[in-house]
Amino acid sequence: MVKVVICGAAGGIGQPLSLLLKQSEHISHLALFDVVNAPGVAADLSHINTRSTVTGHGKESMDEALQNAHTVVIPAGVPRKPGMTRDDLFKINAGIVRDLSEGIARNCPGAFVLVISNPVNSTVPIVCEVLKQHNVFDPRRVFGISTLDVVRSSRFVYELDNSIDPKSTRVTVIGGHSGVTIVPVLSHIPRQNFTKDQLDLLTHRIQYGGDEVVKAKDGAGSATLSMAYAGARFTSAILEATVAGRTGLIESTYINLHADAEGTAAFRAKTHLDYFAQDVEFGREGVSKILPLPELSAYEQTLLDAAVPELKINITKGTTFITEASKI
Amino acid sequence: MVKVVVCGAAGGIGQPLSLLLKQSDLITDLALFDVVNAPGVAADLSHINTKSRVTGHGKDDMDAALKGAHTVVIPAGVPRKPGMTRDDLFKINAGIIRDLAEGVAKNCPGAYVLVISNPVNSTVPIVAEVLKKHGVFNPKKVFGISTLDVVRSSRFVSEVNSTVDPKATRVTVVGGHSGVTIVPLLSQIPGVVDGLSKEQLDALVYRIQYGGDEVVKAKDGAGSATLSMAYAGARFTLTLLEAVVAGKTGLVESSYVNLDADVESTAAFKAKHGVDYFALDVEFGKDGVKHILPLPNVSAYEQTLLDAAYPELKTNIAKGVSFITGA
Repeated sequence: MVKVVICGAAGGIGQPLSLLLKQSEHISHLALFDVVNAPGVAADLSHINTRSTVTGHGKESMDEALQNAHTVVIPAGVPRKPGMTRDDLFKINAGIVRDLSEGIARNCPGAFVLVISNPVNSTVPIVCEVLKQHNVFDPRRVFGISTLDVVRSSRFVYELDNSIDPKSTRVTVIGGHSGVTIVPVLSHIPRQNFTKDQLDLLTHRIQYGGDEVVKAKDGAGSATLSMAYAGARFTSAILEATVAGRTGLIESTYINLHADAEGTAAFRAKTHLDYFAQDVEFGREGVSKILPLPELSAYEQTLLDAAVPELKINITKGTTFITEASKI
Repeated sequence: MVKVVVCGAAGGIGQPLSLLLKQSDLITDLALFDVVNAPGVAADLSHINTKSRVTGHGKDDMDAALKGAHTVVIPAGVPRKPGMTRDDLFKINAGIIRDLAEGVAKNCPGAYVLVISNPVNSTVPIVAEVLKKHGVFNPKKVFGISTLDVVRSSRFVSEVNSTVDPKATRVTVVGGHSGVTIVPLLSQIPGVVDGLSKEQLDALVYRIQYGGDEVVKAKDGAGSATLSMAYAGARFTLTLLEAVVAGKTGLVESSYVNLDADVESTAAFKAKHGVDYFALDVEFGKDGVKHILPLPNVSAYEQTLLDAAYPELKTNIAKGVSFITGA
């Protein structure tokens, strides 16, 4: 049983995420960190009758929150308003994620870091560059949580064809975590036979599922409950593998491809991407294996072709936010 | 089809509660009702990859939200601020509950009604009186959710005695759902009370009774227990559904009910103590309350707690009843 830290625990995602993780049998200590309100959320959760201890840490207590963390989950930051892209959040969220990464490098350099804060395509590189600067970067231990795209894929596919079980049907989603960079590999769903129009509709809905919720919330926020669900699912998979030693667990996730340098050498040479979401098999050390890219349909290949250049820009934006600043 | 409606679904309890219910295989339709923000919360939840359908209903859509409901869970209303008792909420929440109960009577008179809105000691009688007025009251189907007191009891006991498994240890909590009306029967858990001094026992009982205040204080104006209440609310709702939908037998939870749900078992108790509502261990059947379990043999200590609870409860119950009957 281990210590798990939620950074941004009092926010719209952080609270329901913390509620779900309070129920995990692998967590002995759940530390909630946020600039405001964390002690209150901690008091609330601490009354739940599962074994884990819950502590709340405010702005001045980040080091204490992160000390000896096994895993750090980061939903911190601001959400989108109608009309905004995830990239518009960069200005604010980049600095938040950088500061949290500094804290991790100082207090729990060996922790697994799970990033929810958008734009994930850029914030994951930010985490990695900060950890590199401190010489504590292990690409097998840093993950961008793109699980909500997988969850949406399973659900939306079921809405179109109710013979497909949404809970047990896992859809591989590659690329990144925003708009055109989201590439759901629908062709690999067993027994599916969607028409071209249905594929277009499904793909667009999966890619812009986030926008759908931002619009429906009409200024009141973005996806929080479904993101908490997806975040808890991914975190639980990591804990199952790294704490309980369970093998064979696979999730699509956005990672630095040096987590499996050999396996991804050809892909990196061809696309010049250092970060990419793919199916990853977990082990005790985090990433055990990056599964080979599935065989894509012609349709999916065009999606991928559109994703790569956008991803390059997002990745560079994140990387240079750290490397350029350090040159000043 | 099993349609479950959450009234107050966009609130601090309603949102995480709805998230937990979205994961149940027993619910086919989850209808979220609130005066604002329900459609947005519904869109969010609808993306989760479980089979249930989620709909969001605003202020003018209450009838559509409640039509055909199998179960209605009510966390609606305002929460406490530091220094307030649950009773202070009565002025605002009583009217909200009355209006929702009217909606239930009109649209889904046979539904199970699960009340979270405080003060539960009074809001459950409000629901019952409204349903009685419409001739549709079934005491086996109306419950005050006092489960958070049970959850707190299990947790706090495990904090003073680490041999107690908080998850596996169920504590019977009787009486009501506020302050001195909360009576945890710790004597029923083997080996727990014996190891405690009088001071420790007092502290433990006090903590259970005022656990809600503990959270209100820690949140410092930002609200009351939401996440733990969602957890407790989901636990109770899903236990009920296991019994009435999935037909599972032998399930027991402490719950605040109208004692006519089991007239035979409670007639003597009712006559002796003069209360129509009381939280006791309830065994569920396929129609709601199957049995109200009798009060176990309590310790002398617990008897003093009960003696303090009855008069306070009577006052709370009368307040709720007269809000509707005017009597």
